[in-house]
Amino acid sequence: MKLNDSRTIQADVATIWAGLLNPDVLKECVPGCTEMSGSPEEGFEATVVQKVGPVKATFKGAVQMSEMVEHQSLKMSGEGKGGPAGFAKGGANVRLEADGDATILHYEVEANVGGKLAQLGSRIIDGFAKKMADQFFANFQDAVEPPDASDDAAPEEETKKKGWFRRVTGS
Amino acid sequence: MPKDGGIGAATTRREDVRFLTGTGKYTDDIQTHAECAAVFARSTVAHGIIKSIDTSAAADMPGVLAIFTGEDFVEVGGNPAGWLINSRDGEPMKEPKRPVLAHGKVRHVGDAYAAVIAETVQQARDAAEMIEADIEELPAITNMKDALAGDNFVHDEIGTNQCFDWGWIEDNRAATDEAIKNAHHVTTLELVNNRLVPNAMEPRSSIGSYHPGTGDYTLHTTSQNPHLTRLLISAFVMGIPENKLTVIAPDVGGGFGSKIYHYGEEALVLAAAKKLGRTVKWTADRSEAFLTDAHGRDHLTKIELALDKDGNFLAFRTETHANVGAYLSNFATATPTFLHGTLMAGNYTVPLVYVNVKAVFTNTAPVDAYRGAGRPEATYSLERVIDMAAREIGRDPTDLRRQNFIKPDQYPYASAAGLEYDSGNYDALMDKMEEVSDKAGFAARRAESEAKGMLRGFGVNAYIEACGIAPSNLVGILGSRVGLYDAATVRVNATGNLSVMVGAHSHGQGHETVFPQVVAEMLGIDPQSIDIVHGDTSKIPFGMGTYGSRSLAVCGSAVVRATEKIINKAKKIAAHMLEAAEADIDFTDGEFSVAGTDKKVSFGEVALKAYIPHNFPLEDIEPGLEETAFYDPANFTYPSGAYCCEVEIDPETGKVRVDRMTAVDDFGNVINPMVVTGQVHGGLGQGIGQALLENTTYDENGQLLSASYMDYAMPRADDVPYYIVDHSQGNACTHNPLGVKGCGEAGAIGSPPTVVNAVIDAIQSGGINVTHIDMPVSPHRVWAAMNNAK
Repeated sequence: MKLNDSRTIQADVATIWAGLLNPDVLKECVPGCTEMSGSPEEGFEATVVQKVGPVKATFKGAVQMSEMVEHQSLKMSGEGKGGPAGFAKGGANVRLEADGDATILHYEVEANVGGKLAQLGSRIIDGFAKKMADQFFANFQDAVEPPDASDDAAPEEETKKKGWFRRVTGS
Repeated sequence: MPKDGGIGAATTRREDVRFLTGTGKYTDDIQTHAECAAVFARSTVAHGIIKSIDTSAAADMPGVLAIFTGEDFVEVGGNPAGWLINSRDGEPMKEPKRPVLAHGKVRHVGDAYAAVIAETVQQARDAAEMIEADIEELPAITNMKDALAGDNFVHDEIGTNQCFDWGWIEDNRAATDEAIKNAHHVTTLELVNNRLVPNAMEPRSSIGSYHPGTGDYTLHTTSQNPHLTRLLISAFVMGIPENKLTVIAPDVGGGFGSKIYHYGEEALVLAAAKKLGRTVKWTADRSEAFLTDAHGRDHLTKIELALDKDGNFLAFRTETHANVGAYLSNFATATPTFLHGTLMAGNYTVPLVYVNVKAVFTNTAPVDAYRGAGRPEATYSLERVIDMAAREIGRDPTDLRRQNFIKPDQYPYASAAGLEYDSGNYDALMDKMEEVSDKAGFAARRAESEAKGMLRGFGVNAYIEACGIAPSNLVGILGSRVGLYDAATVRVNATGNLSVMVGAHSHGQGHETVFPQVVAEMLGIDPQSIDIVHGDTSKIPFGMGTYGSRSLAVCGSAVVRATEKIINKAKKIAAHMLEAAEADIDFTDGEFSVAGTDKKVSFGEVALKAYIPHNFPLEDIEPGLEETAFYDPANFTYPSGAYCCEVEIDPETGKVRVDRMTAVDDFGNVINPMVVTGQVHGGLGQGIGQALLENTTYDENGQLLSASYMDYAMPRADDVPYYIVDHSQGNACTHNPLGVKGCGEAGAIGSPPTVVNAVIDAIQSGGINVTHIDMPVSPHRVWAAMNNAK
C-alpha cells in the first residue's frame, strides 16, 4: 500500500531535521514503540508492539536512513519481524519545505506486510498503515512544535508532552 | 427382495447415521497413547533463499523431541507428477523436484522448511516459533505472463518458469487457424477462471506410526485414495516397501480433489515416527489449509469461436495460461491438458478444435484438480463464448446451441477434440430443462422484477464432461504414469452376509449406501446384509481412489464383476447341493433352482455350504465364497446436461441473487436418485460459489490475502436458491455393466457459465452493453461494469 500526505509544522527546518534523526524522538513518535536505539549513520534498532486486526505481535526490526540531504530530504526504510505473525516492511520518503517560520513535511509511505498479517489483516492494512503514519506525524508535530498560548493554560501533563523535544534540545 | 432397496431405490444414506450423530471417526479423532505432535515452520515470504536455519533455541524448548529440516530429506525422493506432458516441440515437461521439506529455497508462502516434534502440539508450536530461519527474500513470481518473460525463476535448475507448452490437437492447428481467418464471424473472449481454495470442512491430518519389532509403518491420513498415497510414498518418496506400509483413510470430511494428492506432511510423520519410535500426529489449522492445500482452476484464457453465415460452428481456438503454482502436484499436469483440452468440442459438431496450454510455475501454492478438474474450465470457456457469439449475431443462445448439437443418431461420435462420445441426447435435455424450469414463465417473472426496479436474466448452458477416469490403455498413450482401473472383493460370510472391499474411498459420496444396492440387486438379498469396507490398504485388494466421478462407473463395475464371479461359483455349489448339472441352475430373486423342477436352495444356504464343505467335490469346487475383480473401463463416461438459471440484479448495488437454478443431467442409469440429487446439489453450490463469491488473491509479493473466511467468501445457505434437479433423461452408458455415468462433478461443471450467462442477460436487458464480467461476479464488479458501460 502507498500513501502520500503532507503536514505543516510550526518549527523550522533545522529543528525538524534534528528530530527526525533522534532515536528518543522516534521512540516517542512511532506508535507502540517500546525500544529504540542507534544512530542515523548506523541505523536504528526498534521494538514495536502492535495489533493489526486479529494479529497482535512484537515486531523487532531495523530502520535505515539513506539518501540524506541535510535539512531537505531523507529516506527511511525498515523491516520488522513478528515471528509467526509475519512481517511488515516499508519506507518513507520525507522532504522538508520551509514555509515562513513553519515547515511543510511531505511524506510518501510505502508498506508491505507478509505472513499471517497479510493472511488475516489485508482488509484493514491500508487503514492501519494510514493510521500509523498519521499518528507518527501527529506525535512528531507535538514533539517539535513550541507550546502555544492555549497549551500554557492546559493541564501540566499536556504541556509536558507538547514541545518537549524543543525544550530538551534548548532550541 | 431388493425392489425397495436395490438399483433405483432412493434409500437414505446409511453413513449419515454416524455423520449426523457425531460418531464419525476422522483422522484427528484417532488418539493413541504415547502420541506426539508435529508442527511445521512455514515460509512467510513467497520466494527466498534459505541461508541458514538455526534450530538450537527451538531444540532446548520444553517437550521437544526432534526437529527436521530439508537437510534431513536430501537423500529421499521427490513427490512426483503422475502425468507426463510433452510440449508442442516434443520436449518433455519440466519436473523440478518437490521435496518433503523445502531445501535451498522456499517457493511459496506456507512452504514448510522445518518441522518440530514435541510431546504436545502447544509445545511444538512454541518451539517452531523459536526456529531462526535466515531467508533472503527474492522478488516473487505471481503473474503468469510476467513469469514467462522474466529471468527470475521459481526453480533455478530448470531455467524457465514454463512447465510445458502443449498443443491439442497439434495436427489441427493450421486448419483451425485457417478456418478462423476465413470465417464469416469470429467471437473472441478473454476470461479468467478464478483460482479457488478447496476448503474441505475437515483440514488435512496425518498420523505416522512405526513398529520397531516388525518394521511396519502405518499412516492414517485424510486421503481420497490410500493405495495411491502408499504407492507414491513407497515407489518415489521414501522407499518404504508397500508390504511394510499400511495407509488408512478413515472418515474424511470432504476432499473435492485436494485430498487426492500425496503431501510432504505424510512423509514427515512417517520419518518422525521411525526416528522416535512414537506415533506422530499432525493436523492442519485452517490457515495451513488455505496456504498449502492444492488450489483449483487459475486459468487465463483467450477463446475464439468461428461461425459461418448460418451460425454453424466452424472452429474453437483457445490459448490458456494455467498456473501450476510452485511445485507440481500429482495431477497438476493432467488437469489443464487431457482433462481440459479434450473437452473443448463440447456438445457440438464443430469440425476443428485447437487448444494451446502453457503451464506456468509461480510462487503460489500448488494448483491441481478441484471438483471438475479441467472440465469446468473447458465448459466455462466454451459456454461463455457461445453465449457471447449468439448475442453478437442476434441469435437466441439456446437456439444457436441446439443448431450445433450432436444429434442422437450420431453416436458413437468422434469429437474434434479427440474423444469418442458413447451416448447422449442434448436436445432432449434442453427440452426437459425448458419444461421443468418453466422457461415459458420467464417473461412474466422478468416483468415482475422490473416492476421492483430489478434486472432479471436467464442464462443457459449445455455441458458434456469426460469422467469415470479412466481407460488405462488410452491414458497410457496420453502420458499417464498410472493405470486407472479399480478393484473390489466380494466376501460372502458363512452366515450369508457380505463384506465388499472396494478401492474407491467414500468421503461424502454415499458409497456405503449405493454399492450395497448394486450387490443386493444382483444377489436378490437384503442390502442391509451387505457392508462396504474401504479406505484401508490392508483390507482391500487395491484401489485407485475417488476422483473424476469414477467410483460407481469404475469401482462399481468391479463390484459387478466380482459379484458375477460369486454367482458363478455359487451356482456350482448349488448344483452340487441340488444334485443337478450346473447348466440347469437358474438364479433369480436370491434362489437357485433347477430348471423345470421345484428343487431350490437359497443364497444363504449356499453361502453356509461354501464354508462347511462336507461332501464337497474338492477337485471341482474350492471351499469359501470370496471373489475379486479388477475393472478397467473401455472409455470415459460422458455425462451431459442442460442447465439454466435466473438471476436478479439490483442495479443500484450490483448485487446478484440467483433466484432459480435448474439442472437436467444425463447420468445414464441411476442407482440411487436421492444420492445423485445430493451430489448435484453439492456441485451446484460449489459452482455458484465460484461464479458469485470465491476468489483467491495473492498480492504482487506472493502474499495470500484471501487466507481466512473473513476474506474468502464461501457460499452460504442464503446465497443459493432452491434447486430443480432432474435426471429422467438418462441414456445408459454403452460400455460399463451398470450403464452409469459419473455424477459427482457435474453440478460444479455446469453451473458457473450458467450463472454468468444469466448475469450478462440481465444487464443487457437493462440496455447496458456489458458483454463479459470475470468471476466472481461480485457486486463491485457488476456495478463497475454497468457504470463503465453507460
